[in-house]
Amino acid sequence: MAINWYKYASPASFYTLAGKMVPFFTILAIGLLTIGLYIGFFVAPTDFQQGEAYRIIFIHVPAAWMSMFLYVVMACWAGIGLAFNTRLSSMMATAIAPTGAMFTFLALWTGSLWGKPMWGTWWVWDARLTSELILLFLYIGFMSLQAAIDDPRRADKAGAIIALVGVINIPIIYFSVQWWNTLHQGASVSVNQAPTMASVMLTGMMVMVLASWMYSIAVILKRVRIIILERESHTAWVAELRKKGAL
Amino acid sequence: MFFWIIQRDLLLAVRRRSDVLTTLFFFVIVVSLFPLSVGPEMNLLRTMAPGIVWVAALLASMLSLGRLFSSDYSDGTLEQMLLSPQSLSILVLGKALAHWLVTGMPLVVMAPVLGIQYDLPADALFVLVVSLLLGTPVLSLIGAIGAALTLGLRGGGVLVSLLVLPLYIPVLIFGAGAVEANMAGISYDAHLSLLGAFLLVSLVLAPWAIAASLRVSLE
Repeated sequence: MAINWYKYASPASFYTLAGKMVPFFTILAIGLLTIGLYIGFFVAPTDFQQGEAYRIIFIHVPAAWMSMFLYVVMACWAGIGLAFNTRLSSMMATAIAPTGAMFTFLALWTGSLWGKPMWGTWWVWDARLTSELILLFLYIGFMSLQAAIDDPRRADKAGAIIALVGVINIPIIYFSVQWWNTLHQGASVSVNQAPTMASVMLTGMMVMVLASWMYSIAVILKRVRIIILERESHTAWVAELRKKGAL
Repeated sequence: MFFWIIQRDLLLAVRRRSDVLTTLFFFVIVVSLFPLSVGPEMNLLRTMAPGIVWVAALLASMLSLGRLFSSDYSDGTLEQMLLSPQSLSILVLGKALAHWLVTGMPLVVMAPVLGIQYDLPADALFVLVVSLLLGTPVLSLIGAIGAALTLGLRGGGVLVSLLVLPLYIPVLIFGAGAVEANMAGISYDAHLSLLGAFLLVSLVLAPWAIAASLRVSLE
């Protein structure tokens, strides 16, 4: 049986579908988060080099991965929206941006909390830290451009162009920063030489990655529902929902 | 048509000379502020010089972006360009090049003088000029994307800086890096080659993105 995907490209039918999906992913996220945090705090052993401080990886690594992954997903949706002129795709891109920025900030914040006891400093101009910071700037640029434009369709398209330009630039920025860092002989600490992790720690981290994934899906779907309602508030189907008292 | 656009923009710039001079003097003032804030210690200034000149060049070329499309937008010329049978990408490439000739080129010419203020050796001055010559067109091309996207928006000037400055970072790294490598006595070829590569890539991709942005902003 083939699913008619085009049906769900319409905001009205996607609104109902997303409404059904949100509770499912929320429960998954809460469940995985509980398991992940339990493993992280109680099951995983204390690291013999880093002590208890290493436990920040259970939130730091998922946040860093999600921050980069979500930018690519956002750029994909924005690109689809630009190419096929589908409103829903652009709404998805708009909905992803705040979550992505949140994860970027979280990665930077937890990273510096970890850096203080480990490296003795809150911040080093390490290649990864610097490119994560630039990623945060890119998210903020995308969001403020969309916020500055009143017409939603123009905001969608302008945001799509800047997201696509950003996605082309991310590898260039990443490698520039890396070469810059090696040239400057800056921070003597390296994040690359992490000792091989105990499998319990790895499991805990992976569960937390899945949990953040589910959380992102739930929050983004919820946000896209709100965006749909906002933009479609003049349409008949929203009026009907309002009459039924479903809003 | 391409050359016609460049000629026209240059003519406009000559008629409004003060615009060009403001950008140039902004560049000079920013560079001159640094010794006043960090102290006149020559060794310190010499190591900081490439970075300072490059950051000032970034800011100066960004400040002038507002004027790139705004006057054409307000008098309707831009809409005529969109309607013209010529490819819009070629037209905007002409506009970006004219912008570089008007704002980037004076910076390149002025940079050695500022470098002397910072006591840079002669061969470092040469590398500084070459790196600016390769890098500033990239700034104009990338900046034009931001200028086109923020056309006619409230608070467009600040917004442009948010959009464009993160994208300038690779140019800044290798532009300043080339001069620093030269002063450290190592080869700077790789830096200049990469700057050249950025220039070629942005020459190919940026006009297309600028044209798309203009179409979005003017529809």
